Amino acid sequence: MKASGFPYVIPMLLLSVAFFATPLATLIGFSFIGPEGLTLNKYGRFLGDAFNYRVLMNTAKLGVQTIVTTTLLGVPIALFYWHSGKTVRQIIIFMTLIPMLTSNVVRTFAWIVILGRQGPISQTFVSLGLADSPFTLMSTELGLVLAMCQIDLPLIILPLIAILSRTPVQFAEAAQVSGAGPWRILVTVLLPMMLPGLLAGWILVFASTSASFVTQAVIGGARNVYVPQLIYREVGTLFDWPMASAIAVVLLLSTGVLLVAMTMISRHRRLVGHA
Amino acid sequence: MSHITNAIEGKQLSVNGLTHSYGGQNAIDDISFEINAGEIVALLGPSGCGKSTVLRAIAGLIQPKSGGIHLGGQDLAHVSARSRGIGMVFQNYALFPHLTVAENIAYPLACQQVPREQRRARVEEMLSLVQLKGYGNRLPRELSGGQQQRVAVARAIAGRPSLLLLDEPFGALDRALRFDLQVELLHLQKTLGITTLIVTHDQEEAQSLASRLVLMNKGHVEQIDTPMAVYDRPKTLFVNTFIGQANVLRGTISQLGAEATVIALADGATLNLPRRLSFTIGSQVTITFRPEEVRLSSEPGENRLGARLTVSVPLGPTLVHDLVLADGTNLRASEVRGPSTFIPDTGTQLFAEIDTARCHVFPVEPEVSQQS
Repeated sequence: MKASGFPYVIPMLLLSVAFFATPLATLIGFSFIGPEGLTLNKYGRFLGDAFNYRVLMNTAKLGVQTIVTTTLLGVPIALFYWHSGKTVRQIIIFMTLIPMLTSNVVRTFAWIVILGRQGPISQTFVSLGLADSPFTLMSTELGLVLAMCQIDLPLIILPLIAILSRTPVQFAEAAQVSGAGPWRILVTVLLPMMLPGLLAGWILVFASTSASFVTQAVIGGARNVYVPQLIYREVGTLFDWPMASAIAVVLLLSTGVLLVAMTMISRHRRLVGHA
Repeated sequence: MSHITNAIEGKQLSVNGLTHSYGGQNAIDDISFEINAGEIVALLGPSGCGKSTVLRAIAGLIQPKSGGIHLGGQDLAHVSARSRGIGMVFQNYALFPHLTVAENIAYPLACQQVPREQRRARVEEMLSLVQLKGYGNRLPRELSGGQQQRVAVARAIAGRPSLLLLDEPFGALDRALRFDLQVELLHLQKTLGITTLIVTHDQEEAQSLASRLVLMNKGHVEQIDTPMAVYDRPKTLFVNTFIGQANVLRGTISQLGAEATVIALADGATLNLPRRLSFTIGSQVTITFRPEEVRLSSEPGENRLGARLTVSVPLGPTLVHDLVLADGTNLRASEVRGPSTFIPDTGTQLFAEIDTARCHVFPVEPEVSQQS
């Protein structure tokens, strides 16, 4: 009989149960607690409220906007990596990893400087004559998307690089010799081959964006409210923990739905082989 | 199939003084050769000799430093890879993994804006040509290595190119399959009449497919000839040792007669060649001969070198003897094995008679001066 590896998994299993599964179960359990026993009341109240619903949709929209911007920036960077030599590749990896190695709070405060009235963006627009007077991108959705994009860019670049480094340049050359131009090669060969990496990146970016409380609160400001702030309000101001739990579960589920959808796409027979 | 034959028009390829370098080091230097319309030629050489660089330059995937490439009289210098009308089979086929077999074959047709109906008909035609009818909806990874190779060939010729390039097309296949596919490719090539250039490091593959070989070594062309001529009349020592097996001895020219040359070997023995060589007396030379040009005998005599038998191995229809000369040089002899062939014992002292009419003599390469 083959030796079972189960004993070696026990420490990790205990750790997961103690610090991941138990808190999660507690959280979900909490969301069903009402004054008279178990209830779905909190969910009904949250989803029935027009304001809450709009916040939920805004959070999803923020996720999608960040996905689009990181993809538009990440794909060219990953392709540049693919065509580069060893040294340039190392530089790209290094530059990609730096934001991940910086504290989220530090990154967010750096963006306050960049997006502010005296920041480089505003100043450049004024000196180029594109804006009449200095402006601020703080407390705007655009500013928030820009900041989120920088923070989440590695999440999309790394899976793409992982796929491309296993993809020989011959595929692009075969298309080229067949008579394909650069755009046709990108659309018919490169993007389909990168799709499994894109799907993985999209899940990561969406999950990270929709849950990044600090960045949303600091850069989005009081006018742009997202689901994490709602949870914070329930926990810290209204002390309605079951409500906070219910909102958290809704957020978790919406990311979960996306995860399942992306996984199903990536199981397509055309994508399985090289994923 | 007559309509296919008419559709493809193989063009003549000529490569002139092609030179390319990577980082200052010349990868290929002054490469020139021609392929006649409809001919099949192999670019043969050890790995790293620059043959793939030549192929990539012809395909337009790299811009050579200097030299010209003409296809059917047209200068390709300013023609991009996508507009050259060349079909290419890549080393690992480079079949698009997310496209079906039919979609892969249709790819060059889609690039050429061939109408959908016509495209479908051509894909069917290609599938039957490479004997993969009914495999159109499979994905490449669902095929065996040999089937993938045939799809790669079908994709390369689907766009009706005037030149077909193959980069080590059989390298990833096992030996038994290789021969079948080579025969198939040869048949296909003859049917279509497409000008074909094969890059390979496998001499048997090159000899069985090509009507002429271009032998390359260290970025240079060493010889261009038919497979038989390359084997029988190698122009350089490299060609002699690279194609087939060759025994190599060192010697000095000691006598030159009208119809004979005597070469003194290192250990004092001499070889008499029945022809006058164009060397001066005292020249250091390298003598080469094939294993089948050595006969074993138990008596000393003219052109017979004393040798000790290391091992005798029967390889199918031939018997191969490994011998060591008195000065430690290894020698190989082979003979056709019959029912009564005598197999001598290991360690026996014998005499190796060399067929001096067929051996080749090359000047000893001045290795020191070549380095500088």
